Amino acid sequence: MTRRSIPLIAFSLACMLLTGCRRDAGEQIILDFWAMGAEGENIQPLLPGFSQRHPEISIRVQTVPWGAAHDLLLTAFAGGSSPDLCQLGNTWIPEFQAIGAIRPLDPFLADSSLRPADYFPGIWETNCITGRVYGIPWYVDTRLLFYRSDLLAGAGYPRPPRDWVEWLDLSRRLVRQRPGSYALFLSTIFNDWQVPAILILQNGGRLLRENDCYGAFSEPATLEALRYYVTFFHDSLAVINMSEVANIFQGFSEGVFSMMVTGPWNVSEMRKRMPHLSGRWSTAPLPAGRNGASVAGGASLVLFEKCRHPEAAWKFIRYLSEVETQQAFFGLTRDLPAVRAAWQTPEIENDPETGAFYRQLEMALPTPRIAEWEQVAVKMQEYLEQVIYKKMSLEEAAGKLDRDVDRILEKRRWLIARNLL
Amino acid sequence: MKHKWLIPWFFIAPALGTLLIFFFLPVLASLLMSCTDFDIYALGHLSRARWTGLENYGRLLQDPLFWKSLGNTVYFVLAGGPLTILAALLAAIGLNSRQLRLRDWFRLGYFTPVITSLVAVAVVWRYLYHPRFGLFNYLLSFIGVGPVNWLGDPVWAMPALIILAVWKNFGYYMMIFLAGLQTIPDYLYEAARLDGAGWWGQFRHVTLPQLAPTTFFVTLMTIIGYFQFFAEPYVMTQGGPVNSTLSVVFYLYQQGFRWWRMGYASSIAFMLFFIIFLIAMIQMAARKRQEAA
Repeated sequence: MTRRSIPLIAFSLACMLLTGCRRDAGEQIILDFWAMGAEGENIQPLLPGFSQRHPEISIRVQTVPWGAAHDLLLTAFAGGSSPDLCQLGNTWIPEFQAIGAIRPLDPFLADSSLRPADYFPGIWETNCITGRVYGIPWYVDTRLLFYRSDLLAGAGYPRPPRDWVEWLDLSRRLVRQRPGSYALFLSTIFNDWQVPAILILQNGGRLLRENDCYGAFSEPATLEALRYYVTFFHDSLAVINMSEVANIFQGFSEGVFSMMVTGPWNVSEMRKRMPHLSGRWSTAPLPAGRNGASVAGGASLVLFEKCRHPEAAWKFIRYLSEVETQQAFFGLTRDLPAVRAAWQTPEIENDPETGAFYRQLEMALPTPRIAEWEQVAVKMQEYLEQVIYKKMSLEEAAGKLDRDVDRILEKRRWLIARNLL
Repeated sequence: MKHKWLIPWFFIAPALGTLLIFFFLPVLASLLMSCTDFDIYALGHLSRARWTGLENYGRLLQDPLFWKSLGNTVYFVLAGGPLTILAALLAAIGLNSRQLRLRDWFRLGYFTPVITSLVAVAVVWRYLYHPRFGLFNYLLSFIGVGPVNWLGDPVWAMPALIILAVWKNFGYYMMIFLAGLQTIPDYLYEAARLDGAGWWGQFRHVTLPQLAPTTFFVTLMTIIGYFQFFAEPYVMTQGGPVNSTLSVVFYLYQQGFRWWRMGYASSIAFMLFFIIFLIAMIQMAARKRQEAA
């Protein structure tokens, strides 16, 4: 292995030299922009519009696969080779802010016509840390209910369930009516922690307490929400063994389950893979607890601390945030526009499955904005899995979870005590 | 030639230099790191890493997930290791017999899994293990055994990965056994036959003792390799369900590259190194005593 790495290093050195030479030519401002997965692949058609307006700036797009993006960005930062601007999942922002990789955008915002009110409040909030704005939402997503309208109607629900009581009642009816099937698919694979977090937020509960320094999983409102979540599994209403479902599209169309909680990317997937099911499924905002919250997801555009031309980069962010660009981007990727005004287009307005997302997004709430959040969330899902498989009682799991979370957050408390965060 | 002693150093310098830069330095760095709480914050400012001495190791010993992962790994080594060696030995003996036609084809067939990418293989195996449409459950249904939820059941997930690992790896050790078998001189078998030994007798008193050095090597390599059990859970189960396939290396990977807790991950790495080292030493000592006896 050691010997193999030498040509690799030589090669990358040569690459650096080559790109270095190119940079010297001309007075052009070159911005390195990293975008992930489908966004990176589809952004090209939007670039000519920008270079027409700002011929002096050229954007160099690099596509990074989603799965590797997080590691790649951190390594690039550690190695001092981060891009100028980048697309960042909005749950990653606190982490990159904590290590000082990205810069606050408030100075730019002050001189700009861009207003927080143009965005969904919960989504905008995910970009604000300790009173400063670190990212501009690019596209948004959230989780909501996908349901089989035909099967629900058969169980006496011509409309989707509106609250927790109806949701549970409907689920029981569905399973009673069609033995051997499930009512609901709530992913627990690969530490998909979204649904329990949503239920806690809906119940008015907290995930963390005291400036996000301690776990709050043993608090009554949180416990109540988790108990509701676990009921679906213990009463065999939700699929427990994820490998029982070959893929969710097949499971959904065969009626192995009649409802699932998932995100906007599955709208176009469903249409593509299960065209015959058209008209027999739809989407709706999640059944509400004390409120109808869901998690605020999506990606934002951020400027790296090392950005060489912040003004030029801000111009590009402004361009991507214009209503027309946002609509064109929706057409290219089907990513939901972050700018609310961009939703007023026939393409979205005449799309019943997408409309529900607008209502859901208005009620979206951010998860705790700390660097350790994902680690905490995965811990929560790990313990919930123990409860689902009946290896632990919920109370015991919550206690242990709080203890583990407090330990994870020890460094945060240390940093806060020294004013380093 | 005053500096004659310099010449060999000159020749091994490139190799030594690479080894130093790309092996010893990183190992030393991670040893130092294992005594700090190097994490995501330290990535931004090195001053935010704290020297913690042996605290990481102490915490590791109290970490139920570490023990769980160690237990899983030992389970994998103890079940998968002997099965792999047995399969390799049987296949090698089969392939070594002169009566077998198309020997090379079988050899190719058994060796193919070794050189195939596990990621590609995993796609196929996930189908084989599918609880509803999988081949394994289809075959089991003939003998009246109910559908097994291979990858979804905490009890069955590990056996499923063991079967996969045995299938994937035995070909390599088979080749080593085959080489070992071919060095056994024919006259030993001839002599044994003259003494009236049957197939079993020849196997017990000629093949096995003659293969002892090979078997020792294979056992050591399997143990070292299997303790670093990682790719199978990574591509098949992500350590689940309920951590039933969480291995030490997978846990290390999670801590280091998912949560960026490099200090803690380094301490796991050294703990694993220590365990493997200890086992290898014990095995070497046992082998020496056996040879002396």
